[in-house]
Amino acid sequence: MPGSLASFILYFGTALELAFVVCAIVRKSFFRYFFLNSYLILVMGSSLGRHIVLDRFGQGSAEYRYAYFYTDALLTLALYMALISLYSRVFGELEFGKYVRLTAVLLLLGTALFSYAVVAQSAERLSTTFAYELSQNLYFVGLILTYLLWGAVVKLRESRARLVQFVLALGLYFSAYAASYALVNMASQYSVVSVLGPLVSCFLPLSWTVTMWRHSEEARLATARLVAVPR
Amino acid sequence: MMAALIFAVSFVTLMMFFVSYCRSLMASSSLHTLSTEVRDVTGIAAWASGRDYTRVLQLLRLCLERPEDRAGLKAVGLYYGLLNLLQNTIARIMPSLNQWAERERAGCANFAVVVLDRRIAFNREILGQQGEF
Repeated sequence: MPGSLASFILYFGTALELAFVVCAIVRKSFFRYFFLNSYLILVMGSSLGRHIVLDRFGQGSAEYRYAYFYTDALLTLALYMALISLYSRVFGELEFGKYVRLTAVLLLLGTALFSYAVVAQSAERLSTTFAYELSQNLYFVGLILTYLLWGAVVKLRESRARLVQFVLALGLYFSAYAASYALVNMASQYSVVSVLGPLVSCFLPLSWTVTMWRHSEEARLATARLVAVPR
Repeated sequence: MMAALIFAVSFVTLMMFFVSYCRSLMASSSLHTLSTEVRDVTGIAAWASGRDYTRVLQLLRLCLERPEDRAGLKAVGLYYGLLNLLQNTIARIMPSLNQWAERERAGCANFAVVVLDRRIAFNREILGQQGEF
């Protein structure tokens, strides 16, 4: 990816992430959506860390590759935590809510251990398409989990505007990211596909910020309007 | 093979989430009561039709922009473009799909009318503030 375009996307994305955190503090919702805020703070921290490693060692270095893929794995786990917190909010008022949370935590630990074992055994292959395949699979699991959550939102007729739009934005993000990683795996010879991932990463903080800013915690949606085909 | 499968599934869910996201944006403005001003300006009494969207968009360009509307308007604009594409292609041979697309286009137009109403109120507020100086 051209350097100036990459820098622009990086700074723009970081500004949006910061905007969400500031917006959450201003709207007094920082602790209510603690895991969403933690994820975006981690993204900002990892962008800074990657930038420092890139400046010191260069893009082709093993140090940068490790910094990139380990922070990517860490961020995916943090995003899973954010997803679990949304599950917890949707199922919070139901009797079996604690079982859902327990299952989600076990799934998270399983994914973390699996990813660690795979990366530890294949460290020398991190420069190949293997790393992309791993990320693609992790995002795909995230997409399936978000799809299940969306199904629950529709079934339970969840009407909290913020919650609904946070889940939908996350679904869009996971789908676009999994698709862009798959596209990189299929057509890595086209440089345009390498821009897709970073561009997609700007969408999540943008849509979350807009949602946080536009809707209060009390805002409700007509759930019947959410499904494309009325039942 | 695996990458192609993941791409296909992700693309389908991307479209599904995009439609639902746009519908949630439109649903969030459905409870808004239109002011008399915006009804007079647009000539829309209660419910806009799909073809009103372009006209309302032209009126929107005459007003000062509200930053919080920008992202929603862009997403709904993209959705409206996709619906037009659908109506001009597959929906031509499927009447039920055509009716659905028309209802959705009307939803997009109503969203734009609500944004116009908010923008007119915002412009009035700014003019009022300038008048105080």
